[in-house]
Amino acid sequence: MQIKAVSREYLEELFNKGERVDGRGFMDYRGIGITPGVIPHAEGSADVTIGNTRVLVGVKMDIGEPMPDKPNEGTLTTSAELLPLANADYEEGPPSPEAIEFARVVDRGIRAAEVIDTEALFIEKDKVWNVYVDIYVLNYDGNLFDAGTLSSVTALLTSRVPKLEGGEIIREGSLPRLKTKGIVTSCTFAKIGNSIVLDPNGNEESFMNARLTVANDKEYIRAMQKGLSGSFTEKEIERLIDASFEKSNLLRSSIESAIKKYKSD
Amino acid sequence: MEKPKLILENGRRLDGRLPNELRPLSIKAGVLKNADGSAYLEWGNNKVLAAVYGPKEVFPKHLADPEKAIVKCRYSMAPFSSLEEHGRAGPNRRAIEISKVTKEVFENVILLGQFPSTEIDIFIEILQSDGGTRSAGITAASVALANSGIPMRDMPYAVAAGKIGNELVLDVNKIEDNYSDADMPVAMSPNLGNVLLLQMDGNLTKDEFSRLIEMVKKAGEKITAIQRQAIFDFYNIKEKGKEANEEAK
Repeated sequence: MQIKAVSREYLEELFNKGERVDGRGFMDYRGIGITPGVIPHAEGSADVTIGNTRVLVGVKMDIGEPMPDKPNEGTLTTSAELLPLANADYEEGPPSPEAIEFARVVDRGIRAAEVIDTEALFIEKDKVWNVYVDIYVLNYDGNLFDAGTLSSVTALLTSRVPKLEGGEIIREGSLPRLKTKGIVTSCTFAKIGNSIVLDPNGNEESFMNARLTVANDKEYIRAMQKGLSGSFTEKEIERLIDASFEKSNLLRSSIESAIKKYKSD
Repeated sequence: MEKPKLILENGRRLDGRLPNELRPLSIKAGVLKNADGSAYLEWGNNKVLAAVYGPKEVFPKHLADPEKAIVKCRYSMAPFSSLEEHGRAGPNRRAIEISKVTKEVFENVILLGQFPSTEIDIFIEILQSDGGTRSAGITAASVALANSGIPMRDMPYAVAAGKIGNELVLDVNKIEDNYSDADMPVAMSPNLGNVLLLQMDGNLTKDEFSRLIEMVKKAGEKITAIQRQAIFDFYNIKEKGKEANEEAK
């Protein structure tokens, strides 16, 4: 179902009654779909939908150099493409500040939560696996950050590491799984007028004045990013941190059950 | 690489500071002739120049907003600014993100509606860097904006909070940032009490977040005082100069 653009006045009128255009509660997600392994040529992949937002992540690994300050660890590079086919407003060209911020926020969550065991990606002196996480936005309807994190984490958790045989990279056949240490998920909130809602759709995002993303695992906040020109009070942020910890149970179990199903297929 | 001991037995940090202690901060307003407003800031080993141009004609023209001014921001690190290798010219992905979130801080406080169809440019050049440069840049740009006379609802400040081991600290320097357990730059509007910039990575509990925000607000009183003094000094000197001119006549 395509929701037609509505006016800010109508949105705020609904918010004042505690309602949202698509009938959700303020702290509800839209339906979440997670499909790992959709690109067999990639080392790992996942196609994730949150409502009408659809994001595909492919993970590739190549041999390269370590970072100078971490000579014994593999590297992680996260990029995001807001594809022109995903939204009438997206245009070709170099990544926009929005796309760069999106990729870097997803990257920080994965890095801070130590999703990948980068030490296991060491090959020999000056030679490590470089892990590339490429986020492809296929359809935009709000909340790219959470969809991007869900699909990146799922793709990494189902990735396999190529083998090195006589200096050649073997990417097919029976390959070891990428060693991972944790799961991180994020919850993104939009402030529209004075109301704050979880998982804004595209329509809501077009009226939001501030955005807050909280990435966490079971124990810790792992990354946060406030965006746009509006503001939050510290009390609001504290409330949203609580909500993020609560909602992350749902997100984690969505990832886990999708991976379980994928592995049993 | 071996992680250095960042908090010593006596509870002090490598540079002798207490956990909640800021590095020495000084700001001078009105340091560039051509700019409509400017400021030079030194914060520990950080050296930052900020300049404001505008309100001026929008370029390219199609970006103009008939209801309000648009803000452009460029945060940039000089290639010679760090103690490590030569930096690459041009904005990298990190600089583009910092420019974006910095721009958003000032969009919150500038009375944009007073200058429809114009643009306001904020330039932040990090001449020497030692951790916390985005916070230093925001704190300096805030003074440059006030110096330009562009009306603002509040004068934002920023400071990076963090965690080293289990110790919560303020104003993280470069070596601490490299090995810290959490890094959380925050910008706030001191009078309105709003959080305008919040970034964080590492690991923090909610309780630690709340304590860090309190530490930031406490430090904010000092930073705000230094920002205000910079503006005061600028106009004070000007006033005295005017008096001297009158007397000379």
